[in-house]
Amino acid sequence: MDQILGNIGLLFEFPVVNLKIILDGIMVGALFALAAYGLALVWGVMNVKNLAQGDFVIAGGYVSWYLVQNGFPALLGVPVAFVVMWGIGWVVYKLVISRVIERDLFTSLLATFGLAIMMAQILNLLFGSDTQSVDLDYDVLYFFDGFIDVPIAKLIGVLMASALAAGVIIFMKSSRMGQAIRATAQDARAARVMGIDTEKVYAFTFSLNSAICGAAGAIIVMVWVIQPFYGIAYSIRAFVIVTAAGLGNLPGVIAAGLGIGALEQYGAHIFGIGYQQAIAVLLLLLVLLIRLIQQRRNRQVLK
Amino acid sequence: MKKLSMLSILMAAFSLTFSQASLAACGEIVLGSAISLTGKYATNGIHAKNGYEYAIQKIKENGGVKIDGKCYNFKVIYYDDESKGDRGATLAERLISQDKVQYMLGPYSSGMTKAIAPVTEKYKIPMVEAEGASRSLFNKGYKYLFAVLSTSEQYLASAVTLAAEMAEKQGKKPSSVKVAIAVENDPFSLDIRAGVSEDAAKYGMNIVIDEKLPRDLSDMSAILTKVKLLKPDLLIVSGHSKGAATAVRQIEEQNIQVPMIALTHCEAADVTGKFGDAANDILCSTQWAETLAYKDPLFGSASEYEMGFKNAYPEYKDKKVPYQTAQASAAVYVFKDAFERAGSMDKEKVRAAISATDLMTFYGGIKFSDAGNNIAKPMVLRQIQNGEYNVVAPSAFASHKLNWPRK
Repeated sequence: MDQILGNIGLLFEFPVVNLKIILDGIMVGALFALAAYGLALVWGVMNVKNLAQGDFVIAGGYVSWYLVQNGFPALLGVPVAFVVMWGIGWVVYKLVISRVIERDLFTSLLATFGLAIMMAQILNLLFGSDTQSVDLDYDVLYFFDGFIDVPIAKLIGVLMASALAAGVIIFMKSSRMGQAIRATAQDARAARVMGIDTEKVYAFTFSLNSAICGAAGAIIVMVWVIQPFYGIAYSIRAFVIVTAAGLGNLPGVIAAGLGIGALEQYGAHIFGIGYQQAIAVLLLLLVLLIRLIQQRRNRQVLK
Repeated sequence: MKKLSMLSILMAAFSLTFSQASLAACGEIVLGSAISLTGKYATNGIHAKNGYEYAIQKIKENGGVKIDGKCYNFKVIYYDDESKGDRGATLAERLISQDKVQYMLGPYSSGMTKAIAPVTEKYKIPMVEAEGASRSLFNKGYKYLFAVLSTSEQYLASAVTLAAEMAEKQGKKPSSVKVAIAVENDPFSLDIRAGVSEDAAKYGMNIVIDEKLPRDLSDMSAILTKVKLLKPDLLIVSGHSKGAATAVRQIEEQNIQVPMIALTHCEAADVTGKFGDAANDILCSTQWAETLAYKDPLFGSASEYEMGFKNAYPEYKDKKVPYQTAQASAAVYVFKDAFERAGSMDKEKVRAAISATDLMTFYGGIKFSDAGNNIAKPMVLRQIQNGEYNVVAPSAFASHKLNWPRK
């Protein structure tokens, strides 16, 4: 308890720390938001809740790490991870997801849960269980007497994440395929009647999600560390963010991602870093409670 | 080319039949081990398994284990515990009741050893383990558990002593030293924390940060920010290889200036290879270093062990042989020594012989307390100096001088 009060005291004693926490949080949150956006896409379009989301992220990280080990520049890892994970996403869709998409909730949950375990173990067998990272030889920018540090590598990561997010938004808004995806999300049957090949849309959506995750992972490996079993941490956050923001609410997903990033950092500062993930889960509970109360007001019956 | 390879296959087959014929002269002692070959402990589990296998090979080459004038070789039945405690316990049960194993080698990690020890204890199976350092293993009154390594509360406690020495050199009181501790919330790291805080309390030091790291740590900037604000004189981080990797990376990024930083698992995380100069002047605890002056008749000196092992396992050529491997070999050596002194295959006689072990090995002295932990070997602290691991403490074994303050 003393320690908690002391930690809160530090926030007031050194106000600049707040800025650092928020900055750190936003940088983490940008990547959470990316993975969450992919999840929202798959969830919204095909009603599959992908529990392997985090494992796609980690797999993307390993693609990039593998490239760097073989002498390629680290920044190339992001587009390559995007492409490779697109391919893997497509294969996974054809092999697994396409078979469970019409089934009930539990089948798809179980299938993606199994997928998550499989992917983590395959990565473990391929690359070993050591933590890996890619070290970019860029400088670190310091502000406020060195209190705030912004590694250029992190900055590049966040910029790449935003560029990717912007790219996906524009694609969804203006391309033919983007329109088809949105139409399918609104009403798959109607879309089929109007001549949209929903099977193709599903495959495309899932591959796109996998590719987004892969790119996020390639950024994460440059900034933090990855390990075959870290996927769950990203899956949990993606679920929290999507639940908080709601499906098909892109600005909401981004805001929730950044917000959760910052709140987690605050939680880590005040309660200790061991409770960082607990904060995310606590937020999920809170959001669910608030949603429940909101929905009580306008109860509807589905026939 | 094709002819040549055919020839070599023939020769290999030939030598194989021959070596098998010569082996037939020796009996076999079967050991069992449930060890992590997959899952989160896989890397170190495989290091340990290689250490077992290397020692077994070495013993075979040197005429095997001599019991009552007859020679025996060790053979180990391995099962993969998938880094899961319940699985480990089940497999130990299976090794003992189905495979009829009478002697066990330990698994990797304190947690796994904790899961298996009750089983071996129940069946009165002597287990010599090399990878479980938690002190909670040695206060349960186990009679059949022996560990060749130093217990974990000793891991970084020597850093506290070192910090006190440095404070005195500066003309300050040891009690003026401020300590920051960040350890993972697992039995091993909590022991380290206990050892450090006990020793810090002895000197009257002030612990300004005391935090637990999560299991899936990839970002500890929150702690490091506090370090920046509270300016401790000694920073202790223990969180297996992810803790070491994350700490080294972010200490550099955030430009953290602490006079003394001590970590565990530096080699496992390959901090020098991955982060280069960022790792300089960091202290790393280790059970063993190949530069130490320990020696035995089987493996030779510590450095000879390293060379021999690298020849047998070329995949270690470009890295340091981890201490996890060295202590695994030492555990097999303890069995050989005990069997020979017992002069019998009787389980109870062998247990008594293990318990009476007083052995000097390439890995250090081995002598068990009544609780089963090794009390003859100190922990070693090394400092990363220009990318090299140099022993700096305890001063009796030190080959190099400590760089202080860091940066």
